Amino acid sequence: MATYTMKEAKPAPSTSKGLLFWLRENLFSDIKNSLLTLVGLYFLYTIIPPLLNWMIFDATWSGTKDEVVKEGARWIFIVEKFDQFIYGFYPESLHWRPNLVALICIAFLLSMKFVKNINIKIALILLFPVVCFVLISGGGFGLEVVETEKWGGLMLTVLVAAVGIIASFPIGIILALGRQSHMPIVKTLCVGFIEFVRGVPLITILFMASVVLPLFFSDGIDFDKLLRALIGITLFQAAYIAEVVRGGLQAIPRGQYEASESLGLSYWQGMILVILPQALKISIPNLVGSFISLFKDTTLVLIIGLFDILAMVTLTNSDTNWLGYEVEGYVFVTMIYWVICFTMSQYSKSIERKFNTEH
Amino acid sequence: MKLTKIALILGIASLAPSFASASTLDQVVKKGTLNCGVSTGIPGFSATDSKGVWKGIDVDFCQSVAAAVLGDPAKVKYIPLTAKERFTALQSGEIDLLARSSTWTATRDTSLGLNFAGVNYYDGQGFLVNKELGITSAKELDGATFCIQAGTTTELNLTDYFKANKMAYKAVTYDTSGQTIDGFKKGRCDAVTSDASQLYGLKLKMDDPNSVVVLPEIISKEPLGPVVRQGDDQWLNIVRWTMFAILEAEELGVSSANVDSQLKSQNPSIKRLLGTSGKAGENLGLNADWAYSIVKKVGNYGEMFHRNVGKGSPLNIDRGLNNLWNQGGLMYSMPIR
Repeated sequence: MATYTMKEAKPAPSTSKGLLFWLRENLFSDIKNSLLTLVGLYFLYTIIPPLLNWMIFDATWSGTKDEVVKEGARWIFIVEKFDQFIYGFYPESLHWRPNLVALICIAFLLSMKFVKNINIKIALILLFPVVCFVLISGGGFGLEVVETEKWGGLMLTVLVAAVGIIASFPIGIILALGRQSHMPIVKTLCVGFIEFVRGVPLITILFMASVVLPLFFSDGIDFDKLLRALIGITLFQAAYIAEVVRGGLQAIPRGQYEASESLGLSYWQGMILVILPQALKISIPNLVGSFISLFKDTTLVLIIGLFDILAMVTLTNSDTNWLGYEVEGYVFVTMIYWVICFTMSQYSKSIERKFNTEH
Repeated sequence: MKLTKIALILGIASLAPSFASASTLDQVVKKGTLNCGVSTGIPGFSATDSKGVWKGIDVDFCQSVAAAVLGDPAKVKYIPLTAKERFTALQSGEIDLLARSSTWTATRDTSLGLNFAGVNYYDGQGFLVNKELGITSAKELDGATFCIQAGTTTELNLTDYFKANKMAYKAVTYDTSGQTIDGFKKGRCDAVTSDASQLYGLKLKMDDPNSVVVLPEIISKEPLGPVVRQGDDQWLNIVRWTMFAILEAEELGVSSANVDSQLKSQNPSIKRLLGTSGKAGENLGLNADWAYSIVKKVGNYGEMFHRNVGKGSPLNIDRGLNNLWNQGGLMYSMPIR
């Protein structure tokens, strides 16, 4: 009697798995695709090796500028000017203060993730900016005052962006709500503000804040230049946030508004408990997009004589002992910008996942 | 209600002139610091070193005024300003003195509510060319292509010069000085034209600074000097005579190294300069040792030039027009007596 014996399954043919299969499926699936792949590879081949040579293998990492013999990047310039790139003119002996603030920022972001108690959270949120401000500017708790003229570099870039982002967010939400309001005066004011601010470039607002505003004050009244710039940037950003949030608000079905009203919730209760959590959730990608663009817009503070990290490239390159290192400076700053913007976009993705309630 | 309103209006009205009339000298003394407007980075004039300390011939001038008025050159608050905002910052009172390589022109002096207090650097537009070309004069540049920086009067001067000499030229415009020199390096143009003081900085940005040469021709007048607000003659006097004092010190051979021994000098000019006789300081509203303080703590004009832009600096610029009048230059101090 014939018995049935199980046959071992044959391995999948090499044409449907493995590296070769992946390559064929994705890179060489037809003639057009193969050509594009080859052209792409050729471009990478012409760009990457020289770039790596310049940036790493032929680069000069230490020593003095007179000892440079290699063709590649002279990173000694960055090493020499590193403190200025990061801290601007902040006194060297006090560099621990911005450093501490950076640590506090990381601790704060982590605590937001792990602390569950809402009261502690609110207390932290309120305490955080105060602690950072006192540490950076001094003037309390026996800390030496550091005037804003001395702030600069990456520290200033991050500070301007952070203040712009944090302060513009609530203002933007209120403007968005105001724009949707049924009260004619509130609505007109909000629409007027948003449309006016969005209709002018940031550079104009900064210039107004820096140059025109002081003409209206009498002599002797000193209104901090950085503060003026911060107010300008915050108002500018608020108008953009308002429009992003309005988009979110409009995407919420009318039923949600009616549902919150039928539950007997007041306007603010309904907004805070029902509408805004949903609206903001949808707006996250656009909000982060606009925050990232604000982060890069902070470079414009150069035109009012504040030295953010990009402006530091120009300034450090006018030291007569270090002329002609622009390329190294710009590459360094580009990398810093990329790292920060990429981190922001990854952080936004993680928030999106966290708030994702769809199944 | 009505009364409070009237009081308020009167109060505001009386505030404005009282601020305007407060003299700059009083304000500076009261604050204890001199707010000095500088550039956002011009090599040799105002820039920061690796420690973030401001250095340059304009910076030294700020320090001279601080030394004369407050007795301490460190009591300067440097306000970096872009070319666009510099004059407004002075008008609005944000700064007390502008030392930002600004050219003294009739328009600026007469229409902006400002006064130029003197000239601390005689600059002018020049040319930078490759040595290989074998050119020794700008007159040989007929048909050449020039790299120039946008938004300056450079192109206007160039056009005028070439028209006057019946020559032709082409221009390639760049946004920053770094890009300009990059264009020159890559051979997009035969020559770079800019203010001569800038050309020496650009020269150092070349891979081999000795492969290029700055031509002797200067085709425009760019007298750079410190600026103050119009309407405060006392302050104008102080800034103007600070400039004269550093020139006079050089002319008399008084330097930061020998100023203490010069205090015993019997030369009447030195005695008047250093305040051991005469009333120059008192008349300016300053201490008698105002000029001593400048020379001792900052130096004379020659020293400033040498260490910032001259032979003692990488820029290595010749004194040229900036030499003293009795050594072939234009620098001339009115007598202190």
